[in-house]
Amino acid sequence: MGATMNARFEYLLRLGDDALILGQMLGLWTGHGPVLEEDIALTNIGLDQIGQARAWLTLAGKAEDAGRDEDKLAFFRDQADFRNAQLCERPNGHFGDTIVRQFLFDAYAVPLHAALSSSSDPEIAAIARKSAKESAYHLRHSRAWMLRLGDGTEESHDKVQQSLNDLLPYAGDLFYADAVTAQATAEGWGADPTALRAPWTTELDSTLAAAGLERPPAVPEQTGGREGRHTEQLSFLLAEMQVLPRTYPDAQW
Amino acid sequence: MEKQQWPLWEIFIRSRQGLSHRHVGRLHAADAEMAIENARDVYTRRQEGVSIWAVPASEITASSPDEKDVMFDPADDKVYRHPTFYDLPDEVKNM
Repeated sequence: MGATMNARFEYLLRLGDDALILGQMLGLWTGHGPVLEEDIALTNIGLDQIGQARAWLTLAGKAEDAGRDEDKLAFFRDQADFRNAQLCERPNGHFGDTIVRQFLFDAYAVPLHAALSSSSDPEIAAIARKSAKESAYHLRHSRAWMLRLGDGTEESHDKVQQSLNDLLPYAGDLFYADAVTAQATAEGWGADPTALRAPWTTELDSTLAAAGLERPPAVPEQTGGREGRHTEQLSFLLAEMQVLPRTYPDAQW
Repeated sequence: MEKQQWPLWEIFIRSRQGLSHRHVGRLHAADAEMAIENARDVYTRRQEGVSIWAVPASEITASSPDEKDVMFDPADDKVYRHPTFYDLPDEVKNM
C-alpha cells in the first residue's frame, strides 16, 4: 500500500465487506431457522446487512474511481481482496453460534454507526444514520436471544457459553487499527476502531452478566481479515455467492 | 423429549395513525418481547404498520359457534341500523 494507499477505498471496503459477508451467512438460514418466526427474523437481519453492503460498496467504488460498482466489488473480487472481519465469516453452526456471532457484531455496529453518523463526509454520515436504526434493532434481537439461551436450560446455557468461548477471539478484527484507520480518524470521516472497544465491552459485560454467562479467559485475539487473510470458510461462501455472476457476467433478471 | 410449542399470540397492527389496530394473524413466541419482535419481522417488513399489539391467544374470549343463531340472527332483518341511507361525502375516508 504505502504512498499509493487509497485509505477511503480500503476503509469503505471494510464496512461493506463486513455487512456483505455477514448478510450472506445469515441468508443461509433461509428455510432452516429453528422456528418459522426466527427464520424470517434472521433473513430480515441478513437483508438489512445486504442493504448496508450495497450502500458502502457503491461508495467504495466511487472512492476507488476505477469503474467498479457494488456488483463488481461483491462478485468479482477474490478472497484475498476481501476486507471483512473474520468474525463475519465464521460458520453459522447451530443457532447459538449464529446468535453469539451476531451479538458480538451488533454490539460493535451500534457504536460504529453512532460514530460514523457524525462523519465529516456527508455520504458516510447518511448511510451510517440509516444503518444505526437497523443495527439498534439487530442488537435488541441478538441480545434478547443471548439472555434466553444463557439463562434458559442447562443445555442452552452450556451450548451458548461454548459458542462464546469459540467466537470471542475473532472479535480482534473489529478493533484492528492501522494506517487506514489512522487516516480515517485524523481526517474525521471514519471512526477510530480502538475507541469502539469500550462501549462494545460494556455491552458485552452487561449482557453476559444478565445472561448468566462467563467472560472466557483472555486469549490472543485473531486478526488478519482487514488485510485479506481469511479462514477457509470464506472461500466456500464466495464460491457459492460468486458462481452465477462469474458464469454469466452482466446477466439480467 | 417431546418438543414443546411456544405459546400462541394474536397479532394486531395499526397501519396508520388514526386507524384502529386490526388483527393480521398469529404466531408463536416464548414471551411478550419475542412476540413483538416476531410480529415486527413477520407482519411489518413491508411497511405495513406503525404500532403492534401482541395478545396471548389463551387470553381471548371467543363467542361460541353454537350460539351463532341466538347471537347474530336478530340483527338480520334490521336494515335501518345500517348507515346506508345517507350520502357520505367523498372527503370522509375510512368509514
